[in-house]
Amino acid sequence: MRSLSLALVGSGGAGVVTAGGLLLAAAARTGSYAMMRRSSGPQIRGGESAALLRFADQAVECADDSFDLLLACDWRNVDRFVDEIPLGAHSLVLYDPAAGEVPALIADCGPRLLAVPLADVAASVHHGRINMVALGVIAHMLQLDASLLASVITDTLAHKGHAAVAASHAAVAAGRELGRRLAVDATGSELRLPATAATDAARWTMTGNEACGLGALRGEVRFVAAYPITPASELLEWLAPRIEALGGTLLQAEDELASVNMIMGASFGGVASLTATSGPGLALMMEGLGLAVASETPVVVVNVMRGGPSTGIPTKSEQTDLNIALYGMHGEAPHIVLAPLSIGDGVLATQWAVHLAESLQTAVIVLSDQLLGQSRAVLDRPADVSFMRRRRVAGSAAAAYQRYVLTADGVSPMAIPGSSGMAYTADGLEHDQAGIPSTRARDHAEQLAKRERKLAEADYGPHWGEVSGDGSTAVITWGSCTGAAREAVQRLRASGNRARLIALRLLSPLPAARVAEALSGVERLLVVEQSHSAQFYRYLRSQMDLPARTDILARAGPVPIAPGEISARLQAGS
Amino acid sequence: MSEQALSGPRAKDYKSEIKPIWCPGCGHFGVLTALTKALAALQLAPEQVALISGIGCASRIPAYTDLFGFHGVHGRALCVATGLKAARPDLCVLVAGGDGDGFSIGGNHFLHACRRNMDITYIVMDNEVYGMTKGQASPTTAPDWVASKLTPGGTGLRSFQPAALAVAAGATFVARSFSGRSNEVAQIIARAIQHPGFSFVHVLSPCLTYRPEQKEWKHAVTDFGRDDLPTANAALAMQVLLNDGGLSTGLIYEFERPAWRPRAQTGAGLAAVEEEFAV
Repeated sequence: MRSLSLALVGSGGAGVVTAGGLLLAAAARTGSYAMMRRSSGPQIRGGESAALLRFADQAVECADDSFDLLLACDWRNVDRFVDEIPLGAHSLVLYDPAAGEVPALIADCGPRLLAVPLADVAASVHHGRINMVALGVIAHMLQLDASLLASVITDTLAHKGHAAVAASHAAVAAGRELGRRLAVDATGSELRLPATAATDAARWTMTGNEACGLGALRGEVRFVAAYPITPASELLEWLAPRIEALGGTLLQAEDELASVNMIMGASFGGVASLTATSGPGLALMMEGLGLAVASETPVVVVNVMRGGPSTGIPTKSEQTDLNIALYGMHGEAPHIVLAPLSIGDGVLATQWAVHLAESLQTAVIVLSDQLLGQSRAVLDRPADVSFMRRRRVAGSAAAAYQRYVLTADGVSPMAIPGSSGMAYTADGLEHDQAGIPSTRARDHAEQLAKRERKLAEADYGPHWGEVSGDGSTAVITWGSCTGAAREAVQRLRASGNRARLIALRLLSPLPAARVAEALSGVERLLVVEQSHSAQFYRYLRSQMDLPARTDILARAGPVPIAPGEISARLQAGS
Repeated sequence: MSEQALSGPRAKDYKSEIKPIWCPGCGHFGVLTALTKALAALQLAPEQVALISGIGCASRIPAYTDLFGFHGVHGRALCVATGLKAARPDLCVLVAGGDGDGFSIGGNHFLHACRRNMDITYIVMDNEVYGMTKGQASPTTAPDWVASKLTPGGTGLRSFQPAALAVAAGATFVARSFSGRSNEVAQIIARAIQHPGFSFVHVLSPCLTYRPEQKEWKHAVTDFGRDDLPTANAALAMQVLLNDGGLSTGLIYEFERPAWRPRAQTGAGLAAVEEEFAV
């Protein structure tokens, strides 16, 4: 893979994310694949902000090891995110002397430095903004077609009014001129958008939050309860108008206790239902999810993980809600935990989650995270997938209807309100087959076994995970670490080594037989995850035997795990 | 209240075969009877009615009916009902529970359900005590009630005023009754179901096990005895409620405000949504 990594930084409200988004959209129209991460502090305005872009000649699913170019509109609060922008001697840093000297934290990395008077040039343009001048400088450097960028600006900023669009065009043009004058393209002559082969395939741009939202709609979710929380709010905001356009309803709840119970009510009414949240909200929902399991009411919760515990780091990523997703319910409550393996995979993972919740009548937690959720990718259109089996609905009852009747596969036909003669009471109290509360040992044993059986014996098909490569060395990972792990394995293979990648989309119930099969012949295993306490490794160990030589690369957030970190660990041990 | 139709369902047709766990003399029996009378009076098809509850003695009621029931977790019955009504506006959605479930652990949902004004009827059987956990003070318990082991000196806290709070929070139908006045409870529930908005029915329902003194309620309850009730004037309703000793019964407040309902739908397809992602 050939790629170019570029960081735009500035204080919050300076518009670096807007400029990054425009650059991403323009590059997408040239045929480039891309990914843009956002790094921001908790402040709405005035904190730190960075748009971290990577362009590539093939699908890109993770950050690279370091950045080729850093453009700083200013250096305010740079210490807060410098760790997230690794630089080296190959890097080029463009900075505005008017915003102060290059901080030692940056200069000490040894990059080439080039002063660009962004503020002065912006001041020379009527309503000119620094971020748009910066965009012009970069557009010149990357030799981005001027009319293409101009049309992206016109389309994207149209809602801000004619004057703002005109000012942006003028500022970008001034930035291009500035770039020409300083000959920045000569300085960074190696910095070009990677050329991609011409393709007729449809290319999309979406965030992971949008991907999960689309997966919900493809899965025919028609009721969503929503309580805002960073970094999941955009998923809910994306759904709000669109689910209504499809005949569904989104309702803002008073808290997460309400939202999880609201989706249970809607699902009880026969409508596929979902909510989205992040760690603190998931913690509040746990009692409700236990009720969904006990009452066998299908629900889906997309949990967009952020740094924890407690309020933690709301704007930054971590994979540390695995434990609560697996073990957070009291009693014995078998349920399903899934994770998207990339931004675009949010579509499949969430659509599959709805299908599993509906067909198995249980709670499904989808573990996305801030890195996937708030990053935007230019990718190939996610494939259409159709799942045939839906909720098993009880028709008319010949004899007395039994909601929780014992069946071979553990799934009992569910009556929907409105069906004459089929009334029952869904219950979180342990119950007999008819749903009548029961404390009898036999009823408890039967219902526990039934709820376990329907998940244990379900056919999860090919979507449980992804396995690629070969050889006796393997990386096993899940969720948002998959992109970096895949790239590390690809690099290793490109340099003549053999290695495998195993990435789990289905975390619980753990497809242990499939994982064991994928591990067949593996002598050395590296478990990769973004958590301090190696939650994923401990979970795997608790469920199955791992190769004797098993190493762990488990590191807390918020800095994403990079492919080079993984390949270095693989090479260190060989 | 007489059953109006001879051919349709009768009150007993809305009851299930399950024997309630309630103690002899519990006020909740009267509420169950009144509820089934109200449904018979309205001739509602049982399968079109959903009865949602949380946890507590009163919350056991769904299983004692032949309706679609949901017996959920403590305090969240209104949330389940809200989701159900939003997704299935065609159903008649009822919620029932006790004072601890509704006003303590579920207090926030009570306020927001009033405010949201969905077409839901909420019946609270208030006995001023947690019965299922054996007699602790609830939000409506008097501050000087010292019979609980948990608060041997009394709570010292002012009692929660459910009806006044419902008016303040935006409920559009507020009534109080007494489980011993079964016909009045039935009439109020029927009217509450017909009211197009959030209806709050506060029923004083004695617990003879932990609050034996509530036996006296049947002698103490009176009508409001005011010609100006029910009123659509929230200020008047509040004035009446705050000056009342809490043992007057009847419909207090009814106000027409558009109930929450799903927004109009434009009918675009999934393909149009997906088109937005195209580069």
